[in-house]
Amino acid sequence: MNCAESETLLHALIDGELDAGHARDVEAHVAACPACADNLQAFRAMREAIAAANLKEPAPASLRSRIEASLPLHGVRAERARKPWAVWLLSLRSSWRSFFGGLALGTALSAAVAASLVIAVVRNDQQQETASEIVSAHLRSLQPGHLTDVETSDQHTVKPWFNGKLDVAPPVIDLTAQGFTLIGGRLDYINGEPEGAIIYRRRQHIINLFVARHAGAEHGAAKSETVRGFNIRHWTAEGLDFWAVSDISAGELDEFARKFTAALRRGPS
Amino acid sequence: MTGDAHDEHDRARRFRDAALPHLDDLFTFAHYLMRNVADAEDAVQECYLRALRHFDSYRGPAMKPWLLAILKNVCKAEFARRSTAPAPSECDDAEPTAEQPPIWQQPQSSPEAELLRQWDDQTIRRLVAALPQPFREVIVLREINNLSYREIAEIAGVPVGTVMSRLARARTMLRAAWNTEEGSTT
Repeated sequence: MNCAESETLLHALIDGELDAGHARDVEAHVAACPACADNLQAFRAMREAIAAANLKEPAPASLRSRIEASLPLHGVRAERARKPWAVWLLSLRSSWRSFFGGLALGTALSAAVAASLVIAVVRNDQQQETASEIVSAHLRSLQPGHLTDVETSDQHTVKPWFNGKLDVAPPVIDLTAQGFTLIGGRLDYINGEPEGAIIYRRRQHIINLFVARHAGAEHGAAKSETVRGFNIRHWTAEGLDFWAVSDISAGELDEFARKFTAALRRGPS
Repeated sequence: MTGDAHDEHDRARRFRDAALPHLDDLFTFAHYLMRNVADAEDAVQECYLRALRHFDSYRGPAMKPWLLAILKNVCKAEFARRSTAPAPSECDDAEPTAEQPPIWQQPQSSPEAELLRQWDDQTIRRLVAALPQPFREVIVLREINNLSYREIAEIAGVPVGTVMSRLARARTMLRAAWNTEEGSTT
């Protein structure tokens, strides 16, 4: 490591953003280079001084009340709440004209596209996190006594069991005839939210099917991935998000997803 | 129909609970970017408007960086508009040229001379506010909002490596300005 590299990397060191290997390299260089050691000390001191200062600026009360007034309050019916919105939009239009008067539609669109790009990146992270949580939940369920809260192959017993436990009614479908035996249901938690898990067996393998309400309007394409050796199939149907996880092959899991969705679309038997 | 109205109401309530607590952080960022209160207020208002519109597609993980990214786009659009106006803008997103104003001299190398005084908040704010745009932005996101390099990269729309080098430049500038300030008042 030379001084030029260290000059940049020592900031990442101060910020705790370096991996262990690079942190060691920078620390070794700083230990041998008095100039970089001085820099590190000075930047650390400056950072502490900035952290100690109060640089946040409270939003003006008028701005806060304007924004608060524009959002419906608890217990206010949406129809009535629409009025402040409209008023706000009108007032916004006049105050906004000076600020965004010349804003072309193209700019607005590209800004919106840029914002949604950020959303896409962020969401990708979230999906990875969800996949990892789903595998963890699957592993937990395989511990003795953890697989089912309600153990029955009768879909008409499993379905009502979920009533009142979730904000969705997970569709419980018996696929025994298609080679996937329904063995029960369970209440689980994914990303801190309660989710219904429907459990199937394929030969000696367990399939956990997690069901949650789908947020957002668009339905993405079905997606397969492998996390820690388990296959996960994620798809959306009928306004619900489904994650199937198992140690059966990706092909068999795909077959399960297709048969489940086909049965779901046919409606209750 | 009532179901839709209820959903709409529920959505607005969830948005309010998630987004309003970040108002001060958003205003702080907007004020440092726009450099005056009225423009900052307008930008924050527009940010909430857009965020509510896009709230359906928001899936986390953190609300604050998401809102800051929208706010950044709002401010950027305004700068883009101004740069087409006749008045020259000093705040556009371009990297400054190698020619730096004299205030950003290399810091003096004697560390004794720069025992950093605890400046009052107002002085530090002024020094941060005087930084050129891309450098001001990384300092505010890092030091005031405590965001990670990755989050800053998403908001600034640059790779993480650029965040790191901008932050290094920004702190070097700040340190030089700091020393100049110190020299001028002692």
